[in-house]
Amino acid sequence: MNNIFVYCEIEDSQVAEVSQELLTKGRSLANELNCKLEAIVIGNKLEGIEKQILPYGVDILYTADDERLYPYRTEPHTAVVVKLFEEQKPQIALLGATSIGRDLGPRVSSALHSGLTADCTSLLIGSHEDKKQGKKYENLLYQIRPAFGGNIIATIINPDCRPQMATVREGVMKKSVLDTKYKGQVVKLDVGKYVEDDDFAVEIIERHMEKSKVNIKGAPIVVSGGYGMGSKENFQLLYELADVLGGEVGASRAAVDAGYVDHERQVGQTGVTVRPKLYIACGISGQVQHRAGMEESAQIIAINTDPEAPINSIADFVITGNVAEVIPKMIKYYRTNTK
Amino acid sequence: MKGYKIIVLAKQVPDTRNVGKDAMKADGTVNRAALPAIFNPEDLNALEQALRIKDDFPGTTVTILTMGPGRAAEIIREGMFRGADDGILLTDRAFAGSDTLATSYAISQALKKIDYDIIIAGRQAIDGDTAQVGPQVAEKLNLPQVTYVEGIRQIEKGRIILKRRLERGVETVSCPIPMVMTVNASAPACRARNAKLLMKYKHAKTITELQNADEDYLHLYNNRPFLNIREWTVNDIESNPAELGLAGSPTKVKKIENVVLQAKEAKVLTSSDNDIEQLMKELFESHTIG
Repeated sequence: MNNIFVYCEIEDSQVAEVSQELLTKGRSLANELNCKLEAIVIGNKLEGIEKQILPYGVDILYTADDERLYPYRTEPHTAVVVKLFEEQKPQIALLGATSIGRDLGPRVSSALHSGLTADCTSLLIGSHEDKKQGKKYENLLYQIRPAFGGNIIATIINPDCRPQMATVREGVMKKSVLDTKYKGQVVKLDVGKYVEDDDFAVEIIERHMEKSKVNIKGAPIVVSGGYGMGSKENFQLLYELADVLGGEVGASRAAVDAGYVDHERQVGQTGVTVRPKLYIACGISGQVQHRAGMEESAQIIAINTDPEAPINSIADFVITGNVAEVIPKMIKYYRTNTK
Repeated sequence: MKGYKIIVLAKQVPDTRNVGKDAMKADGTVNRAALPAIFNPEDLNALEQALRIKDDFPGTTVTILTMGPGRAAEIIREGMFRGADDGILLTDRAFAGSDTLATSYAISQALKKIDYDIIIAGRQAIDGDTAQVGPQVAEKLNLPQVTYVEGIRQIEKGRIILKRRLERGVETVSCPIPMVMTVNASAPACRARNAKLLMKYKHAKTITELQNADEDYLHLYNNRPFLNIREWTVNDIESNPAELGLAGSPTKVKKIENVVLQAKEAKVLTSSDNDIEQLMKELFESHTIG
C-alpha cells in the first residue's frame, strides 16, 4: 500500500528504455520515502519478463498477460491500471512520456481523479505548507517542468489526490541496474477480473513499427540546428559537418515545427535528451525547453548571429557569426588536419 | 444521409512560439499580455479533419466548443470563417484556475448538454503541451479514444477507420462511433478562410460581445440567428462546484521560477579564419574531436 508504481512498456518482448529509466528513478524515490517499488507490465507472452524488471530493485511486479493485451490499446490497459491502482492505492505513479504513456496517463488520472504532470524534467521529494487552510504536507512529489514556452520552470504538486502521477521523456533520467539478483515478488493478475469485452471495441487493423533510424541519443557529437538556419536546404551544411566529425544532426523544436527537419531529431523537453561530448548549436536561440535536452553536454559551441542569444549563457564557446560562413571553415580545417 | 454531428474542442492560446524581445519585461520575465492570442495550432488540424467529414457527408454539422475568457470567442469566429457551423463559448469565473482535469470535467459536462457523434481535439496546446484534455474528456464520457490521428480512412456502419502516427510507427485502427480523437500536427493543415463565410460570419458575436456592439447592427441578430454565438456559464451546465476551477484541480503550482540565465565563462569568438582555427585546435587537443 502507498508505494511507488512504474508502468512498464513492452515492445518486442523488451522493456522500453524509458521504463528502465523510470524504474531507476522509482527505486531512489522509494528509498527516500522508505516504501516499496512496484511495477506493472501489461502484454502477451510475458514469461520471464521479471528478469528485465526486478534487477532495478522492484519489490513487487504485477503482470497482466493476455493475447488481447498486446499491442497496446487504450481501454483495456486503462481498465487494468485503474483497477489495480484502486486496489493498491499507490502514492506515486510514473509513466513514460511516450505515445503510450501520454495516451494512458490522462485516461487513468481522469478515472481516479488524480493529478498528472506531463513531461517532467526533474522529480524530487519535498514538503508543502498551505497557509490558507493551515495544512502541512510532508513527502510530496515535486514535479518539475518547463512551461509557457519555456519561459518559466514550474514546480507542480498534488497535495490531496493520489496517486501523484507524472510522465517523463526517454533519456531524461539515467538508468542503472541495482542488483541482478534482487529478490522481488511476481504477482500474476487474473486478467478476466480486470477487463471487460467492451474494452476491446477499438480494433488495430494494421501496425508498422520501425526502429528509430537516427540515434542522436547515442551520438558522441551532435550538430543541432534551430529556426535561425532559415531553411531545409541550409540544414545540409549541418549534415556535412556531422558526417565529417562522426556525429548526428539534431534540431530545436522551432526548426522541426518549421519543417526543416523530422521530429525524431528534436532535442529538448518534448524531444530527445542528449549528453554528447560535444554539442554544436547552430542558429538556436536556446529556450529553456531546448536547453533541458542538451545542457549536460560535456562541451557546447554556440554559433549565432545574435550575441545576446540565451544559448550563449551555457556555451563553452560562443561564435558570433553566420553559420553558413563558420561551418565550411570548420569542415575545411578538420579535413586538412586529419589526413 | 443525415451526416454526423461533430464537436471540435479548441483552445485560444498565447503564441509561445514567438516570444520575442518585445515580449520580455525589463526583469527578464514574460509579458503575457504582449503575446498574441491564437487558435491553438493542432486544434486547427483537428478542425480540418472535421471539415473533411463535412465535405464527404452532407448534413454534417461542425460545432466548435472552447473554454476560456470572453475574447476566446475570436477562435469560434475564426473556425466559422473556415467552415464550422457554429460554436459554444464556455466562460465563467468558476472555471478559473482549472488544471487539465478540472478543464476536462467542465468540457465533458458541457458535452452532455449537446448531441455528438465524433469529438475531435488537437493533440495538445502549445501553452502547456500536456496532451491530457482529450483523453480525460473521453474517460469522463466513457467513450473510446484514438490519439495522434493523422487522417481518416473511412466512416462506415457506425465505425471510423483512422491512421495514427506513433513515435516509432503508424497504426490503422477501427473505432466505434461515438468516439473522441486527437489530431497531430502531422495531419493536413487547416484550409484558409473562405471569403463568403467571412462576410457571413464577421458580425457573429456572443451575448457579452453584443452588449458592446454598434446599435445599428442589433437588428441583425434577430433576423440572422446564425450570428449568435452561444455563451455558456457555469449555470448552463450541470456541475459539482467541488470539481470546478481551482478547487477541482488536483495539481497545484507550488512554485514558478522565471528563467534567468546565469552566464558561464565562455570563450567568445568571431567567424574569422584565425578564431575558427584556434577553436578547432583546442577541440583536437582536448580529444573532443578527431
